[in-house]
Amino acid sequence: MSNAAPAHTAVSSNRKWALGFTGVVLFFFVLNKFILPEAPRGIQTFFNNWFSLTSMAEIMIWILMALGLNIIVGYAGLLDLGYVAFWALGGYVAGWLMSPFFSSLQINIFGNARPGLEQGIHFHVFLVLILGGAFTAIWGIIIGGPTLRLKSDYLALVTLGFGEIIPQFMINGADIGGFNITNGSQGIGGLDDVNLFGYVIGTFALPEKFLMVSLMAGAMIFFSIRLRDGRLGRAWLAIREDELAASMMGVPLWRTKFSSYAIGAVGGGIGGVGFAILVGGVYADRFNFVISIIILAMVVLGGMGNVWGVVVGAVVLAWINSIGLVQVGDLINNSFGTNINFPSYQFLLFGLLLVLMMLFRREGFIPEARIRMVMNEEKLEDEDKVSDETKIASN
Amino acid sequence: MTSVASGVARKKKITPSAILIKASMVFIIAVAAYWLGLNLTNDPRQFAQVTVNGLNNGLLYALIALGYTLVYGIIELINFAHGDLFMLGAVFSFAVLTEFLGAEAPSATNYALLLLVLLLTMLFGAVVNVSIERLAYRRLRNAPALAPLITAVGMSFVLQWIGLKWIGSNPVNVNTVLPSTSFELAGVVIAFKTIIIFAITIPLLIVLAFIVNKTRRGRAMRATAQDKDASRLMGIDVNQTITFTFAIAGAAAGAAGIMWAQTTGTVAYNLGFQLGLIAFTAAVLGGVGNLYGAVLGGIIIGLIQSYNDGLAIGPGQRWSQTMVFTILILLMVYRPGGLLGETAQEKV
Repeated sequence: MSNAAPAHTAVSSNRKWALGFTGVVLFFFVLNKFILPEAPRGIQTFFNNWFSLTSMAEIMIWILMALGLNIIVGYAGLLDLGYVAFWALGGYVAGWLMSPFFSSLQINIFGNARPGLEQGIHFHVFLVLILGGAFTAIWGIIIGGPTLRLKSDYLALVTLGFGEIIPQFMINGADIGGFNITNGSQGIGGLDDVNLFGYVIGTFALPEKFLMVSLMAGAMIFFSIRLRDGRLGRAWLAIREDELAASMMGVPLWRTKFSSYAIGAVGGGIGGVGFAILVGGVYADRFNFVISIIILAMVVLGGMGNVWGVVVGAVVLAWINSIGLVQVGDLINNSFGTNINFPSYQFLLFGLLLVLMMLFRREGFIPEARIRMVMNEEKLEDEDKVSDETKIASN
Repeated sequence: MTSVASGVARKKKITPSAILIKASMVFIIAVAAYWLGLNLTNDPRQFAQVTVNGLNNGLLYALIALGYTLVYGIIELINFAHGDLFMLGAVFSFAVLTEFLGAEAPSATNYALLLLVLLLTMLFGAVVNVSIERLAYRRLRNAPALAPLITAVGMSFVLQWIGLKWIGSNPVNVNTVLPSTSFELAGVVIAFKTIIIFAITIPLLIVLAFIVNKTRRGRAMRATAQDKDASRLMGIDVNQTITFTFAIAGAAAGAAGIMWAQTTGTVAYNLGFQLGLIAFTAAVLGGVGNLYGAVLGGIIIGLIQSYNDGLAIGPGQRWSQTMVFTILILLMVYRPGGLLGETAQEKV
């Protein structure tokens, strides 16, 4: 293994990507904070139509989500089809701990309650982020614990089950034994404004909120890269590539899978908190299976395991989903006089994307070197390979 | 399956956690039994009524679950698109029988048309399923397990989109051919629809069991499921056998689709996702890969769901999905091999 040279280039390319990410974030922040309000009307509408700041901020949340799932699917090679559950759980932690919702209580720990709405629980945003991450990690353990011993496709099913149960619990949660836990499908609104060391980010201060979620996404990118190169990350990759071989080399399979599941869940939880702060509330209807699949598509499109690939995948798909389909559709409809309802092709787009990627470019568009080799393993094998069964067993 | 190449049986160790798992399993079963007993003594007639309704749904679940079990048995793929295939079958039958042939009320000719469209829908399901296998899954047969699974999820979305474009985003009412009359048996109302479901699904299940157990093709299927390479050496055309399996699975899904459309009177594009998951749970409950297990699991899930939704003392319909998925998760914890399946193959 000539590891030294590629490792070096990987680091320097990481630096380039990181600079690019920071540049884009700062560009959009400065643009929306200082330039656009002064800019001529045409430029304003162009940016509001094609790169509205709301969507840009949501894209950052998608990046967080996709990177969290990437730890599970991309690093450890476990399929999770219910990732939306963690988004929901994180969101509700923010809803519970940062709003006047539990009106019988009055707890305030460095919180920033609105004047007149002091009832409820008000925690500082950092506390909420930590608690949200911890809460989802615990749920990751509850979900993953019993199933990680099984074959990976069973794990997919159980996660899918939880992905359905948890949002349904949130919808039905207005009356659990007489207690209103989640306020049902109305959701919990009116979250506190974030107070960072005295600097209050108001409800409508979009550029600042954008900067905040970008910072969170940036932190997630950083941790993803660091984790992958560390001892745990290498263990994950080893398991993903060959469980049997990894366990022979002394990687504790169950514990390693477990940690990937819990840590991946934390990404979803923090993203959920961020999203709740971004929209100022948490609403149960949003959390459905389609979201889980979109996040999975982001990971697959960008290239499983490769952090920057996943980031690009998340940006592209989230943009297409929120703006692209509508805007490009309008453009096509207007210039060709057609009348096609482009957003209704969302299902086809994501479905075909998953199928075609798996058929023709399994490693994703910006693949990680290792996963490219694994995903095209069959081509490297000898003609007289052992039976399919032993291969399935070794996957 | 025989995926445990190093099939050495592990020695059973009695650990505290094993005792805990056993104890909690007994506890859960006891709670469920208490709940059912409470309802039975509370209102026996309602209990019987709910049981009949549950059997009705359970047989439909069994038909869908068969498709999962057949496909999983032969290529170890959880065919996510199967539920949506069932949905397309329901939509197809609605388009042909109700819209094209105009059979919207009970009559002798319409019954004949129903049987004809049943066959057509089964053919439709088989063709769609085989083409999916041909276009996508076959090329991924030697790929890592994640790849075909993700492909199946993608296919499920594509099929849902077709359903969405076909009938729109709102559920569509189907004027059924089946009579809406019913008769009473010992105080329990039994709809004729239920009888017809029994009359169609049970023979179908018997035919399926016959094909798999008694015919040459069926033997080839079982052999392929056990060991593809060895089957190939014995002169079995493995590709053809897998195609045949997908055809049977698709036909069963199609039959379930038309029966669903005719008995419940609604079709919707997102029907397949929920029902597919329920049916998969049924397949796992029975022991995935086991035909009789799928039928048993389907009926049990149908009953449990019906008890949950219909009994006076119970969580009620809004927890219906949660109930089914909780069963799925508990199964994974306690008995991943299912009721009739072999014990779980532990991988770790």
